[in-house]
Amino acid sequence: MAYAPSSTTSGIHLPDTARELVKILIAGPFGVGKTTLIDSVSEIRPLHTEERLSEASVPVDDLDGVREKSTTTVAIDFGRISLPGGIVLYLFGTPGQERFRALWEDISYGALGALVLVDSRRIDASFDVLGLVEESGLPYAVAFNSFPDAPRHHTEEQLRAALDLEPGTPLVTCDARDANSSIDALLALVQHLIDRDPPERR
Amino acid sequence: MTGRRGGRPLVPAYLSTGGVARPSRPQLERLTVLSGSGELAPAGLPAAQLALLDALRGGSLTVMEAAALLELPVSAVRVLAAGLVDRSLVLARAPIPPAERFDPDLLKRVADGLRALKHN
Ligand SMILES: Nc1nc2c(ncn2[C@@H]2O[C@H](COP(=O)(O)OP(=O)(O)OP(=O)(O)O)[C@@H](O)[C@H]2O)c(=O)[nH]1
Ligand SMILES: [Mg+2]
Repeated sequence: MAYAPSSTTSGIHLPDTARELVKILIAGPFGVGKTTLIDSVSEIRPLHTEERLSEASVPVDDLDGVREKSTTTVAIDFGRISLPGGIVLYLFGTPGQERFRALWEDISYGALGALVLVDSRRIDASFDVLGLVEESGLPYAVAFNSFPDAPRHHTEEQLRAALDLEPGTPLVTCDARDANSSIDALLALVQHLIDRDPPERR
Repeated sequence: MTGRRGGRPLVPAYLSTGGVARPSRPQLERLTVLSGSGELAPAGLPAAQLALLDALRGGSLTVMEAAALLELPVSAVRVLAAGLVDRSLVLARAPIPPAERFDPDLLKRVADGLRALKHN
């Protein structure tokens, strides 16, 4: 083979077994733990793309021309998990501020659902992202990341009320630094997708 | 559900797309799989297209991964890849067969796969 697998390639190329590619959005405000969660479960070192906030179309003649464009950009992290049977699950770290709306719509296209991260120190920072998720019609679960310096303890009841969650919306506590905890949060979402009755989009 | 109890504003109904109305559906999705076709690149191919072809020599990449690798916006990679697909230099494959999207069996396999990842 001309291109034998070697450790010099970053391992970014897809495994030959990859058949079905699916994605879940990891959404939340700045500093809530999106990159940490993706990093804790991804098989590749998390990558990112720089995305323009306004999706203006630019002529592409050469790389330099594109790189020189000075526009406001935001970094979108993503990671990847290969599952048995040729399924590849992508996690897209998605900032949820209102000004990212156009980008949000593009990224959420085709997603299975969203895991919305809530920061225990500032719950209201997730209001925007919850609004965007609900508008897009994406099913979602909420993962509450508890930080040691949170001002006070919340009961599940209080959290649900503060976030105004539907009774059926899963709410789990998560430590994004812990792989098993992150997987549990993802599982809560996927189980919610399976249980939805009847599925809204078929 | 009854009215909002929390401090979060209501999403006005006219803003809701219900998850279906996507006005500008992109041809190449972020997770569309790109592979080199193996055809020889003609002389005079723009540098950016050559760079993408080069990245595909090591194997297949999604649009998103190609963008990360080339340090280009996804919108630019979409344009580059579409040009290469037109020239039969690159093959593009949708992330999942359309019929399988939201298939309960697919979701169950995702859940099983995630469960298997735990405790190791
Ligand atoms: N205690 C605790 N700390 C966390 C958790 N998740 C993330 N952190 C820490 O919070 C900080 C910010 O986490 P990031 O993963 O960078 O947050 P982010 O959402 O990617 O932030 P932006 O990319 O800036 O939007 C890091 O120092 C993490 O170690 C968590 O679940 N619990
Ligand atoms: Mg981040």
